[in-house]
Amino acid sequence: MSSVIASSVAEHHPGPQTQERGQRAVFCGLTSIIWLHRRIQDAFFLVVGSRTCAHLIQSAAGVMIFAEPRFATAILGERDLAGMADCHEELDRVVSELIARRSGINRLFLVGSCPSEVIKLDLETAAAKLQVKHENRVRISAFSGSGIETTFTQGEDQCLKSTIAELPALEASKENLIVLGTVSDIVEDQFRRLLDELDIKDVHFYPGRKAGDLPAVGKGTRVIAAQPFVGETARALIARGANLISAPFPLGAEGSKAWFESVAEAYGVDSQRTEQVLELPYQRAKRAVSVHRSKLEGKRIHFLPDSQLEIPMARFLSEECGLGINEVGTPFHDQLVMRAELARLRKDVPMVEGQDLDPALARVRASRPDLTVCGMGIANALESEGLRTKWSIELVFSPVQGFDQAGDLAGLFAKPLAREDILEVGSWS
Amino acid sequence: MELTLWTYEGPPHVGAIRIAASMRDVHLMLHSPQGDTYADLLFTMIEREGQRPPVTYTTFQARDLGSSTAEMVVNSLRECAERFKPQVLMVADSCTAELIQDQPGALALGANLPVPVIPLEMAAYTRKENWGAAETFYQLVRGLLSRQAPPPGTERPPRDVNTMPSVNLLGPTKLGFRCRDDVVEIERLLRSMGVDVNVVAPLGASPQDLQAIPKADANINLCPEVSDLTCSWLARTFGMPTISTIPMGWGATRDFIAEVAAVLDLDINVDAVGESRLPWYSRSIDSTYLTGKRVFVFADGSHAIAAARVARDEMGFEVVGLGTYSRERARDVRAAAKEYGLEALITDNYLEVEAKVQELQPEMVLGTQMERHIAKRLGIPCAVISTPAHVQDYPARYSPQMGFEGANVLFDTWVHPLIMGLEEHLLHMFRDDFEFNDSVGPSHLGSEGEGSRAKGSPDDSQSDDGAVVWAFDAEKELKKIPFFVRGKARRNTERFAFEHGLTTIEVDTLYDAKAHFSN
Repeated sequence: MSSVIASSVAEHHPGPQTQERGQRAVFCGLTSIIWLHRRIQDAFFLVVGSRTCAHLIQSAAGVMIFAEPRFATAILGERDLAGMADCHEELDRVVSELIARRSGINRLFLVGSCPSEVIKLDLETAAAKLQVKHENRVRISAFSGSGIETTFTQGEDQCLKSTIAELPALEASKENLIVLGTVSDIVEDQFRRLLDELDIKDVHFYPGRKAGDLPAVGKGTRVIAAQPFVGETARALIARGANLISAPFPLGAEGSKAWFESVAEAYGVDSQRTEQVLELPYQRAKRAVSVHRSKLEGKRIHFLPDSQLEIPMARFLSEECGLGINEVGTPFHDQLVMRAELARLRKDVPMVEGQDLDPALARVRASRPDLTVCGMGIANALESEGLRTKWSIELVFSPVQGFDQAGDLAGLFAKPLAREDILEVGSWS
Repeated sequence: MELTLWTYEGPPHVGAIRIAASMRDVHLMLHSPQGDTYADLLFTMIEREGQRPPVTYTTFQARDLGSSTAEMVVNSLRECAERFKPQVLMVADSCTAELIQDQPGALALGANLPVPVIPLEMAAYTRKENWGAAETFYQLVRGLLSRQAPPPGTERPPRDVNTMPSVNLLGPTKLGFRCRDDVVEIERLLRSMGVDVNVVAPLGASPQDLQAIPKADANINLCPEVSDLTCSWLARTFGMPTISTIPMGWGATRDFIAEVAAVLDLDINVDAVGESRLPWYSRSIDSTYLTGKRVFVFADGSHAIAAARVARDEMGFEVVGLGTYSRERARDVRAAAKEYGLEALITDNYLEVEAKVQELQPEMVLGTQMERHIAKRLGIPCAVISTPAHVQDYPARYSPQMGFEGANVLFDTWVHPLIMGLEEHLLHMFRDDFEFNDSVGPSHLGSEGEGSRAKGSPDDSQSDDGAVVWAFDAEKELKKIPFFVRGKARRNTERFAFEHGLTTIEVDTLYDAKAHFSN
């Protein structure tokens, strides 16, 4: 892995690690559409799947019908499955209907689902054919968000990976930086200001706000992940010559500082200059986090596997907020993007990859942590047993990256505990 | 292939989960990939359930396909039986599992499990959630009761007049609309009639309870979306009569009491059973402003039909549109619509519903959460009367839709979103006041009303067909009409102009149209 700009610290987590296989309680990759369609403002996501897919997305999104959404489902019917209707012709009809309706769409993603994968519907070929038909009007491609291949945030990785071949080649003499993974607009703006102060030019956030914001990639490209679920995309960029900067994720004051320092170091920015630029936001972030520290210090937290953010969150909470980590569950373990995180995580933290729901819940019940980070389906079930919880999906939807969100991030975890202290109604235990 | 933006119903296996989650001591083993576990949150988040539904998902992955998925089914079944020790284990496929044809029902029956198994066929690619709930409830009841069935043709013995008459309340489920409170209200109503409630199912029932169903004298088909199939099977097999009036609204509640009395052969004075404030509230002078309010009704079949009746007969509204998303109830809704001189809108495409609302420009929408969003965008008041519902439709307070208290609740919740009578009067008086102008919505709707109008509702925009032009003075005059009727005035005037071959609308055209449409 010579193309990874390695950090000098030890890479793997020597602590207790186990793998579990059994019932999982994690959304499928289609869920990523919820934040991807808001980030890429001129993209449309057409799931080719079943009524379940449509119901999943609208339920996970909390039925946010503010307008006609930029995602939809082409629901497969009996005729499609029995081969009475040609799926490609049907898709052609549905896509034409969609494009006629939505004039502002510049990019259409056909999104594979469990049913479309099982019947081996080749959406990439379908997208290529449709592209010919709608050339000069809309760019069409495909990726899979199916639950038999992807979990929750992995949908974004599959989406981004599917676009890497389209990125233009970077001229040999040039350098650029790709910040990988969806962040909110406000986080992007803050990061741009700091990178600019560090004199790092030609910075691209990917995915960008517009589908046409395609950064060039080549030997002079450096990539840094802003989210922990972009491993496959990072590999695809490495395959195109890019160098991956290994760093902790920009969560919390320390995580953000280490993230910016890693970029600066890769660019050979003078370390004194780096410190000078980062000092003010770093101190501000520390102050903001410290506000919540009294609520969090000494508490024990348990992560059930969900968003892939579990490891960096555990690192932030133990390093900066003084929490004890009961267990870190993660749907899967990607060493490539996680190595700098693991180096900072306490060695005695038990890590579990994969899931077997009932035994996992039994461990939570047995150890009764102060806070459990879990999916929405499980939270109230634990709350009713007197256990405080935090929805992991909020960590994906809310702007939490960077110095100026560090306090908000700590606050997200402090709030359920503060609520327990405030309420004088009923009993939580 | 059908293009769907938002769906009114989930897939049929969600209906099966609703039945399992409604009951005690049953468990559902669902052969499905991990994404399908989202169904848990429907219960724990939308209905604030304190426990996961009693479902085990196999959560097979791509790597399991072709080799071990059938084995996963058998292992899951064994674990379910061992861990949860249900009285009955139901087994079903979700949409993806249906395609790989592992036949989990057959596997379960052949697995020698220490628990009775009910296999379910969910037909994921042709059916939807309510069908799935109805089918699951039916299979469960039939599976548990068919051994008790008397030989075909057996006459049901007449009711023992020395015992208290009794009925079953069939149909209420988790994630139904106000089922929790409707059950309480109807039980209370029946008790006051001297009628015992034998079994309530599926909500709160165990498989053992279901076995007592034939002991009652009749079945109340309270939520036909779920219980129709079961009630007709019980009628055929056990000769149990079905009581099918949905007691929603004052009149229907009285009809329900009369039907219960007739079926059970009871001598009951309807007036003595109970009363509602709705009749007086509706006759009170303040309610005059409700007269002829144009309402659009769209819901599941039974709520749509019941709401239309309350809207016209008990609130004095004019029903200008009636429809349902449930194709299983289409025939009933079509028949009901005819009574209002309407063609029923039968569709599960929310864009069609939106187009219809836009075309009709009603003054109020009675619908589902989908219609609430449509109405919000169009700046039309709305009350939610049916599923699909959201967390706010599962209120903390007692809030039934059925029975006499239900009628009170309907009156309050339907009147609330409307501009109050006095307020409407004040709007006319003060419409030029700087604090009381068009951009300020009805005060009690807060920023919601303002927001939707501030963005520019379609009412305020010049119509784009270009056939008829508004003269400057006429346009100015139109602006003086209160915003909540302006859309209708614009539409009517344009239609009038079009029908009379006019190309320009003058001030006089506006008033000619007003005169034309007011009679």
